[in-house]
Amino acid sequence: MSNITAELAIEKLNNQFGDQIISSEMLYDFLTVTVAKKSVKDVIKFLHDDAELNCHFLTTMCGLHFPDQSEQFGMMYQLHNMVANFRIRIKTFTADAEPVFETLTDIWPSANWMEREAFDFFGFRFHGHPKLKRILNMDSLEGWPLRKEFPLEDPFRADKDDKMFGR
Amino acid sequence: MSQNVEKLEGFEGPGFLATSLDKAVGLARKNSLWPLPFATSCCGIEFMATMASTYDLGRFGAERLSFSPRQADLLMVMGTISKKMGPVLRQVYEQMAEPKWVLAVGACATTGGIFDTYSVLQGIDRIIPVDVYVPGCPPRPEQILDGVLKIQELVQNESRRRRESPEYLELLASYGIE
Repeated sequence: MSNITAELAIEKLNNQFGDQIISSEMLYDFLTVTVAKKSVKDVIKFLHDDAELNCHFLTTMCGLHFPDQSEQFGMMYQLHNMVANFRIRIKTFTADAEPVFETLTDIWPSANWMEREAFDFFGFRFHGHPKLKRILNMDSLEGWPLRKEFPLEDPFRADKDDKMFGR
Repeated sequence: MSQNVEKLEGFEGPGFLATSLDKAVGLARKNSLWPLPFATSCCGIEFMATMASTYDLGRFGAERLSFSPRQADLLMVMGTISKKMGPVLRQVYEQMAEPKWVLAVGACATTGGIFDTYSVLQGIDRIIPVDVYVPGCPPRPEQILDGVLKIQELVQNESRRRRESPEYLELLASYGIE
């Protein structure tokens, strides 16, 4: 059983990808690496394929929206090496208003539904995804609910007015 | 159950009672409702207590739950109905044979409750007609029983011809049903 430290992982990533690794930090004991968008799939594939890092498990992924940033949209991925109990979080951001990311379904089939979820709630496209359509919301929904500008309240509810509910 | 069945009005003699068909049918229907529980969240848990021994909905002749809409008289909607679930609920309602009644149990089924959000239906009466609303979040079993008793009142006093009446057809048409 190997013992992978955060320093080792960062060193390996920096050696392999250089300036594509934008920043790295420890957030609540969780190694978080921000990567340039065009290299994010290569970085993930490297983490997956590297014999020592061996991040064989995709824990989760989700969309991000920070409207105050110039690069407001992004994706977050969490990978896990269960053998060495090593975890890493990969973030990537883009200024594109209609972002398109590379799919991970060819590495992990389990990425299928999570990418559909990111599409459903953020409107992100995934290049190479086999069947990108809404997964949780109704098909007739218009808009992307987890983008910050989306109004959360039901617009058709008549019994709540501004006076009582601060709308 | 016999405690709940009051004597029918009519012409009575030794060993017989003559009454109107409406009253006889109303009495029979009232005391043999087959509810279809459409339980999606915590109100459904309260409904389980309502069916269990302490409260026992069976005392009111609604012992037999129907899990097929085609054999049910009373649709009990208990819980949050998301907009994605809406068409499913509507299909269940459409599959029920007339006469049929709907009981909306709890704040969510009635108005959407605390879920004032884009994904939740703001009351099932936006897609199907509702006969009785039970408030509460969730309502206690006593309240659900009270709602069922209110339904029983409607069932007993409903005219035999109501379901063919223009008013009723108009109500259905306003929901786009048939």
